[in-house]
Amino acid sequence: MAAVQWHTRARAYESELRAARLEAVSLEPGDPHPLKSITVMDSKSRRGGGRRGSTSSSSSSGSVAPDPLSSMLDGTDPLSMFAAASANEAPVHGVASGVSVRDKEEEVGPDFEPWSAKRAEVLARFTTTEKLSINLFMGSDKGKASSPSSTVSEKVRNRLEELDDMEEGSQRELLNLSQQDYVNRIEELNQNLKEAWSSDQKVKALKIVIQCSKLLSDTSVIQFYPSKFVLITDILDTFGRLVYERIWSMCSDSRVMPDSFTADDVNDTAKETCLNWFFKIASIRELIPRLYPWQSQVLHGIQETLPRLTAMIRGIGDPLVAVYARAYLCRVGMEVAPHLKESLNKNFFDLLASFRQIHSDSVQNQLVLQRVEIPVYLTLYSPAINWILQCVSYRAPETLLTEMMERCKKLGNNALLLNSVMWAFRAEFVAARATDFIAMIKDCDEAGFPKHLLFGSLGRSLACADPPENERLSILNEAWKVITKVRSPQRAVTPFLSNPQKREVNTVLADIIKHMTPDRAFEDAYPQLQSVIKKILNYFHDFSVLFSMERFLPFLDMFQKDSVRVDVCRSIMEVFIRHQQEPTRDPVILNALLHVCKTMHDSVNALTLEDEKRSLSLLINGFIRMVSFGRDFEQQLSFCVEARATFCNLEPVLVQLIHTVNQLAMETRRVMRGNHSRKTAAFVRACAAYSFITIPSLTSIFSRLNLYLLSGQVALANQCLSQADAFFKAAVSLLPEVPRSIAVEGKLRSSEGFLLDFISNFLSTLLVVPDPPEQGVLYLVRGLLNMVQDYTWEENSDAKVRVYISALPLLAAMSQETYLYSVPKVDSNEMLYGGDPKFLAEVNRLCETLIGQVLDHLKALGREEGAGVRRQGSLAFSLFSCLLAHGDLRNNKLNQLAVNLWNLSHKHGYCDTRSSVRTLDHIKHWAQQPDMAHLSEVAQRLSLQSRA
Amino acid sequence: MSAALDIRLKRANKVYHEGEVLAGVVVISSKEAVQHQGISLTMEGLVNLQLSSKSVGVFEAFYNSVKPIQLITSNIEVVKPGKVPGGKTEIPFEFPLHVKGNKVLFETYHGVFVNIQYTLRCDLKRSLLAKDLSKTCEFIVHCQPQKGKVQPSPVDFSITPETLQNVRERGSLPKFLIRGRLDATNCVITQPLIGELVVENSEVPIKSIELQLVRVETCGCAEGYARDATEIQNIQIAEGDVCHSLPIPIYMVFPRLFTCPTLETTNFKVEFEVNVVIVLQDDHLITENFPLKLCRF
Repeated sequence: MAAVQWHTRARAYESELRAARLEAVSLEPGDPHPLKSITVMDSKSRRGGGRRGSTSSSSSSGSVAPDPLSSMLDGTDPLSMFAAASANEAPVHGVASGVSVRDKEEEVGPDFEPWSAKRAEVLARFTTTEKLSINLFMGSDKGKASSPSSTVSEKVRNRLEELDDMEEGSQRELLNLSQQDYVNRIEELNQNLKEAWSSDQKVKALKIVIQCSKLLSDTSVIQFYPSKFVLITDILDTFGRLVYERIWSMCSDSRVMPDSFTADDVNDTAKETCLNWFFKIASIRELIPRLYPWQSQVLHGIQETLPRLTAMIRGIGDPLVAVYARAYLCRVGMEVAPHLKESLNKNFFDLLASFRQIHSDSVQNQLVLQRVEIPVYLTLYSPAINWILQCVSYRAPETLLTEMMERCKKLGNNALLLNSVMWAFRAEFVAARATDFIAMIKDCDEAGFPKHLLFGSLGRSLACADPPENERLSILNEAWKVITKVRSPQRAVTPFLSNPQKREVNTVLADIIKHMTPDRAFEDAYPQLQSVIKKILNYFHDFSVLFSMERFLPFLDMFQKDSVRVDVCRSIMEVFIRHQQEPTRDPVILNALLHVCKTMHDSVNALTLEDEKRSLSLLINGFIRMVSFGRDFEQQLSFCVEARATFCNLEPVLVQLIHTVNQLAMETRRVMRGNHSRKTAAFVRACAAYSFITIPSLTSIFSRLNLYLLSGQVALANQCLSQADAFFKAAVSLLPEVPRSIAVEGKLRSSEGFLLDFISNFLSTLLVVPDPPEQGVLYLVRGLLNMVQDYTWEENSDAKVRVYISALPLLAAMSQETYLYSVPKVDSNEMLYGGDPKFLAEVNRLCETLIGQVLDHLKALGREEGAGVRRQGSLAFSLFSCLLAHGDLRNNKLNQLAVNLWNLSHKHGYCDTRSSVRTLDHIKHWAQQPDMAHLSEVAQRLSLQSRA
Repeated sequence: MSAALDIRLKRANKVYHEGEVLAGVVVISSKEAVQHQGISLTMEGLVNLQLSSKSVGVFEAFYNSVKPIQLITSNIEVVKPGKVPGGKTEIPFEFPLHVKGNKVLFETYHGVFVNIQYTLRCDLKRSLLAKDLSKTCEFIVHCQPQKGKVQPSPVDFSITPETLQNVRERGSLPKFLIRGRLDATNCVITQPLIGELVVENSEVPIKSIELQLVRVETCGCAEGYARDATEIQNIQIAEGDVCHSLPIPIYMVFPRLFTCPTLETTNFKVEFEVNVVIVLQDDHLITENFPLKLCRF
């Protein structure tokens, strides 16, 4: 095909824009707003309809139409009703609980910290490295040989039963499990339970539950006990839920249950099943396995059973086991019948009554055997006691709390209880009696519960609520006096009053430093020190105050282990980003934070994970964004220089810095209103230079390309032509290095799409870039197109041709008399060449080459079968659209080419008919405009292909 | 040919009293029609007595078992020989639970040497070529609740080394004092056994405290009678060294089927006892026995 002469259609952008705008209709002041009136009319008509329909509806508020959804859910949400009812297993005992679900919801408000919140904490806290064992007899209870009075035949029977059990292969003893193995095993059991249940092996399920409960009576490896408790109660919860669901399904298949159903509502089958469960569990021989499942499911929330279970727990000898059993009972009690406060209180008083058990001989012996120290042992109690107390004190009247306090006081050596009291009771309650508490803490036995924990709990309460104003200082002094006497390194956990004063905190920090430095004691107390930092950060959101504390930075220096240090820095930065509202230039803050950020940055090494790097970068970026020197642009630039030197390893930070500098340049331009003085011109050139030398140090090729383009645009806007040229040239020369595929979020993806996007973006910028005087016409465009031609595109890809097609509109735009857009104070090619025919000829020649290339490609595609033809069609169509929009179709050859392309794109029937129809409509619409008449003739020649 | 036979009683818990009507349906389900020679239902109540090998010797125990005592028997033909259509067929039936003469329907009881059992059997007879189908189903009989009121009979007890019988060396015993109370020894079978127990002091730590429910069955036979006590269930009420002088609840539910109201007839007796068993850390066993009288109200 001979080369086609290109003729650009002359455009009058102004008039086109005007024509494209919607017609403006003048609005008379009296008229309602057109959009507004529609809604008003609508609601009026609807309301009218409602009145006509029924008279009662008019009473509902006239302004707001009732939302059908919310009216459906008026009252209790059926789902939550179900969930709450699931806890209410009243029918089991045939005792009517008679408490409606809604009442319960009122009893337990959202301010009650649920057990699930504690669960993770307990699991994390109580761990062990010792070997554990699970001893499971899936068979019958064989703990005891046949009773003294049993007969021969019974023995025989027992033996036979045992044999049966052996056949199931279910007796297992797993020794030497690590903690993780243990957790996995328990989880496995949980799964087994569900499976057994769903496959209708209810007895097996019950056996699993019993065996699991039995594990709870085993206190070997006592440090792990709280975690074990958490794991196993999970299983029990599952079991309770399963049983309940079964009974529920029995009840509800016949009719809809009322939300507070009682024994009378339940049908016989369900009742029978309940009784069955009840009897099964009641006949379990051993106390603990009987107690737990009982608690977990059957006796949900009935006035008489909760107290009985409470009493039954008295039978557990080991105080630790007993206390956890109580905690579980309280938990179930709270879930099911929070209105039954009595049993909770009874639980607590029973606990007090049996408190001396902790110091009994058998416990001591066990501890000696397991080599566990008393303080450690005592801390094992705290989750359970905390929980019990939390349940008891939840919305309890003041008098009850006082009574409890009194009873606690009466017991000797009550540090453990004291701790839980402070932990669980209302903060206001504790705060009001802070002096009392300190006195009590002082009286506590040194050998028992660690005192620093007591102060920690006290501090926690005081942090939530203010003690009386006048006592504040004395409390701090008192507490501090005691604390300084404690020579434990962990005593760093300090009580902080809410809204502490800077001076006080500073003193406290100084003291901590003084005590922690000898013998590098701080190495053992990192978590505590960290919590101190966190508390300080909670109160001080003003960083200028924070950093002006002279002891704060030395305190930070105590964190010498890298990981901890980075964590601390991170939390500081998080708080900073969250609370710093305005940009700052305070040198104290900047210095300190730069130091903090540098610490974070320096932790990055070759082994750091990508995610880690990203989150660190995010924090540092947040800091950089918050730095502003106002009008002192040079200072800002020098800060960026410094930051670049400091954070050279984190790429996102460098990108942020380049953006900051570019923004700086634009800000300068705004301040100077576009007229740079000599000084500011030099400054923006310095900015450009900064970007220019920073960009190459990035590894990501696309951020480099985009930043080159962006910085070039900024330089152009600031009239730094040679800098802009340099940027664009750099971008062009970088193009060949673009890899064919890049990793996006860990997956390898073709870079083609990104590249096309970038090139289109680039091309539209090139319209306003004047040709450099020392180079030829269209130097950059040619350079770019050459690079595109030489680039090794993917095989079987039309990307190259698409670039060519997208370059055509650019060239068409370049040959207009006035350009579509321009940069203020920069003369684009339109001014340089002033519509010189030579320039236009050059542009046209370039177009011809491009069209020739595209046509060659189309021809090559035509030779291929299948996919090739389809691609040919779509390429031909896009070239056609391009010709239509930008070519002058009055020229016969172009006209003919356009028609040919149309036909080619329709030849194989792969084109999208809808878009063809729309294009045709568009052409016809266009043809009605005065200077476009020739298009109607084109339109006639374009035939729509009917589907064969 | 897969026909299935099933008996479904009207009451889910299968509990009936004397004088009531045992009602239900026989369910025959099969894909095709079933040819049969008649379907009959048999209701029967039996007391099975077995002699313990301990009291009469192994040989006699096997061969000389006492003849079962029939309490009630009744047989009806539900369907005459013919054909049952395919699908699910339900045939309702009713049996009045009336006894002849001065016989009494004892409560259902599953024991070791005495078994009182009521069964309902459905037989579907077929021609020589096909096997007969049969299905058995147990139902439970409860006595009519007794009239009047049970007298609460609380029992207080205390166990010390001195109160113990059959001790060989009284001198070597450790010191202990355990007190307790049973709210009643005249128990209502549907109500749990309730009481409490206090370990006032004990030299040797306690390992476990248990409640042992024991049945005492007596069978009369040619050589006199045999009396045997066996354990029904054993329930632990305390584990480990419990807190001293803190009352521990005694609470035991009487298991169904394995217990019945205390029964005394000319041929056999069924009685119950409860043992409070205290196991010390050195495996000493202290047992205190309380006979119970169970009844139903």
